[in-house]
Amino acid sequence: MNDPIRRLSVVALFLFLSLMGMATYIQVLHAGSLNDDPRNVRTLYREYGTYRGPILVDGAAVAESVAVDDPYGYQRQYTNGPVFAPVTGFYSIVYGRTGLEQAQNSLLNGTSDALFWSRLGDLFAGQEQQGASVETTIDGNLQQVAYDALGSYTGAVVALDPSTGAIKAMVSTPSFDPNDLASHDTASVNQSYAALIGDENQPMLNRAIAQLYPPGSTFKLVVTAAALEAGYTPDTKIPAPDVLTLPGSTATIQNYEGESCATDGQGSTTLADALRVSCNTAYAALGMSLQWEGIDRVARSLGFEDSFQIPMTVATSQLPVDPDAPQTAQSSIGQFDVRSTPLQMAMVAAAIANDGVVMKPYLVSTVRDNSLQVIDTTEPSVYSTAFSAQTAQYLTDMMVGVVDDGTGTRAQISGVQVAGKTGTAESGTDAPPYTWFVAFAPADDPKIAIAVLVEDGGTGATGGKVAAPIAQKVLQAALDGGQ
Amino acid sequence: MATISELRVHRGRRAEGWLLVLSWALAVLARGLVDYHADYLELGALTWYAAGFAVAAAVLHIALRIFAPDSDQVVLPSVLGLIAVALAEIRRLDFAYAARGRDTDFAGTQIGWAILGAVVFIAVLIVIRDHRVLRRFTYTAGVLGIVMYLLPAVPGLGKEINGAKIWIGAFGHSLQPGEFGKILLVVFFAGYLQTNRDALALAGPKVLGMRLPRMRDMGPLAIMFGAALLIMINQKDLGAALLFFGIFIGMVYVATERISWVVIGLVLFVVGAIGAGIVFPHVASRYDAWLHAMDPQVYSSGKSEQLVRGLFGMASGGLFGTGLGNGRPDLVPYAESDFIIPSLGEELGLTGLMAILTLYVILVQRAMRTAIGVRDGFGKLLSAGLGFALTLQVFIVVGGVTRLIPLTGLTTPFLAYGGSSMVANWVVIALILRISDQARRPAQSPETRTDPATAPSRRRPDLEEAAAQ
Repeated sequence: MNDPIRRLSVVALFLFLSLMGMATYIQVLHAGSLNDDPRNVRTLYREYGTYRGPILVDGAAVAESVAVDDPYGYQRQYTNGPVFAPVTGFYSIVYGRTGLEQAQNSLLNGTSDALFWSRLGDLFAGQEQQGASVETTIDGNLQQVAYDALGSYTGAVVALDPSTGAIKAMVSTPSFDPNDLASHDTASVNQSYAALIGDENQPMLNRAIAQLYPPGSTFKLVVTAAALEAGYTPDTKIPAPDVLTLPGSTATIQNYEGESCATDGQGSTTLADALRVSCNTAYAALGMSLQWEGIDRVARSLGFEDSFQIPMTVATSQLPVDPDAPQTAQSSIGQFDVRSTPLQMAMVAAAIANDGVVMKPYLVSTVRDNSLQVIDTTEPSVYSTAFSAQTAQYLTDMMVGVVDDGTGTRAQISGVQVAGKTGTAESGTDAPPYTWFVAFAPADDPKIAIAVLVEDGGTGATGGKVAAPIAQKVLQAALDGGQ
Repeated sequence: MATISELRVHRGRRAEGWLLVLSWALAVLARGLVDYHADYLELGALTWYAAGFAVAAAVLHIALRIFAPDSDQVVLPSVLGLIAVALAEIRRLDFAYAARGRDTDFAGTQIGWAILGAVVFIAVLIVIRDHRVLRRFTYTAGVLGIVMYLLPAVPGLGKEINGAKIWIGAFGHSLQPGEFGKILLVVFFAGYLQTNRDALALAGPKVLGMRLPRMRDMGPLAIMFGAALLIMINQKDLGAALLFFGIFIGMVYVATERISWVVIGLVLFVVGAIGAGIVFPHVASRYDAWLHAMDPQVYSSGKSEQLVRGLFGMASGGLFGTGLGNGRPDLVPYAESDFIIPSLGEELGLTGLMAILTLYVILVQRAMRTAIGVRDGFGKLLSAGLGFALTLQVFIVVGGVTRLIPLTGLTTPFLAYGGSSMVANWVVIALILRISDQARRPAQSPETRTDPATAPSRRRPDLEEAAAQ
């Protein structure tokens, strides 16, 4: 009877081995997909129950988790919430996450693969799992100045370091306080959320990166770059009729308030003067003579029609598809189907400031685990070379002209040469125009490039009147901070 | 049957003593961690628990020294290790339920059951001084076993809990007599097979190269087996039916050494399993929940919800687990009983689960080693049968919750909350230790070898007749 008993004990062992195999399959091999299953509420509970890493600006937390005595364990708190909301986003037990809270979630909550060793260390040290801290590129002071400068306007400001692409400020107004949504009181969260969603000013919309606007005259920088690349110089004479009749139609293009911008008797002006006074008819004609392909190529190399992760996803700025001549004329002054995010226009300014080299924009500089080990650093990277350094130099000089004695004089800073460009874009019938200002300073050694957008500057608003003064304040603060 | 294999035996019970210290440390540590994580750590209470566990372990150890001095030394520490982990996990679930407003004291009750089980364990060792006396009660055990299974059908006594009619109410408690019926039937099989093994193995017509047993040898076995199986199926106790079937096949194989029995058994099993799926809708829905567990429709219909929630728990535990008290095992229904394995898997991780399964492997392999070492055939069959029963019980429960096989209701020995299972499994352990005491006792005098119970006691003219053909 011993032989069958031996065989039976082998069978028993085999049965146990198959159990061990199945347990291994579930707990290791198949665990990922089971944990990701939306029906598995554990992942959610655990996430709220563990310490979530902070989001830092200038080394101080603008979003952090504080231990509280309730079932969730930790309360997310936002410092200066409305100012930094476009950066942090919110973290809600009811409505999920947005902004960096969403884009860097796995690092903040500590589940990222990059934190494996850190987790292992916590395990052996008997500490609970902790999320990583995310240090942003934001300059807190600049962010505050930009927020204050926008004031009660609805709009956005984006400031970039042109040489790296680091985002120094990203403001969107009106804003909201993420603390209202991070509360653990579900009823009050629901109430706040409903109010924010119902608000026609869309306070939760991040206008800097998530909304597309016609760029108006600021798009003339792109057209100018294309012209310079095609062999034009700032002194090249271009036609500047008072009224431009679009080919094949009776539609016309006029200048702002019907002014004439011809500087000689023959109805022409120079490229530099056309940009300085933002001459619509000259640019419409220029665009048509350049043909759309040339403009399209420069625009794409500046980032149009591409999606960026900063790490939040930036809305894709759009260009018209196969425009005919009248559409090309419209597009050349930033109307028709041209749509851009404020970030995209800041990138245009930054490219000019950076000798034609476009840097990839980014918002996160360093990620550190809870023992302050750096686990990720964003290295500045080149996105493309949009145009030559010569073109960039010409554009810089021309943009200095805009601020010195053109449409952008309200952006002047004493003792510093500012290069800028205004924009005023039709937002639709009868509604006040979108006003823009893109700029960088100092012109000879650019430290900061910005784009300002104001959705509603009131009647008679122009980029020069509304947006330029805001840009001036931000540039001034950036240059003061840099000294 | 005459094969006797001498065991290399470590005498004395010192090794057991040290291993018991380990399981005591495990118990105190686990409970301490649970209390600590629940912010409920009171050193006074923990000290009482530590002292109580130590006393229980010492009493058991001394009882073995007195009543079964040569028995296997690793079995008791393994059992106490399993109980130690389970008591901590069940207490942890009490805390979790309390946090959700459900007042339970499963852990306190379970401690009571464990103590009762230990008392019964010692009683069995005292009363049954030689396992061979059980052979005298072969048929008594068989009839009693069937009666145990039938008890829940008695009006007024039986209670239906969660769809299974396997409970009886007694003294304000619910009792599963089937747990004890299982042991009695194993005793019956061991006795009957020991007596009739040659007839079953050798006599009978040959069909397709396999020798089928004669009806008169097979009859009592078939009746007993069929009756028990029918009762279990009628009570919708599928896990127990599967367990019972497996034990039967295993024991018949050991007794007859004929693989044909296993083949016939497996064929019958497959036919039966498919047939049951067609005939009984509740079996079909079990298959559905097994094969399509993750299917949103099956899940939302509730068929596989419990199973999948258990899988989620185990998955979230991963390799090292969330730590005792840090998981959410309470999100699985019946986390303290049927689904204690996923609870442990979640909080102790794959590592902890492997350790627990290894403790079972040790228990089973010691039972099998005892079967090989013991000299009498009845002891061999009983020990192997009990060991295999333990194996199958763990396999059916753990296989069910890990989706290896369809989920059926069975208790995890020593882990799951529940008194009948706890006490019954203590009896199983007592019997195994009783046999191992015999197996490991040095053979000093010839009397022990020619025990009247195992010596040929009667002639079998029918066998001689069959062999002559």
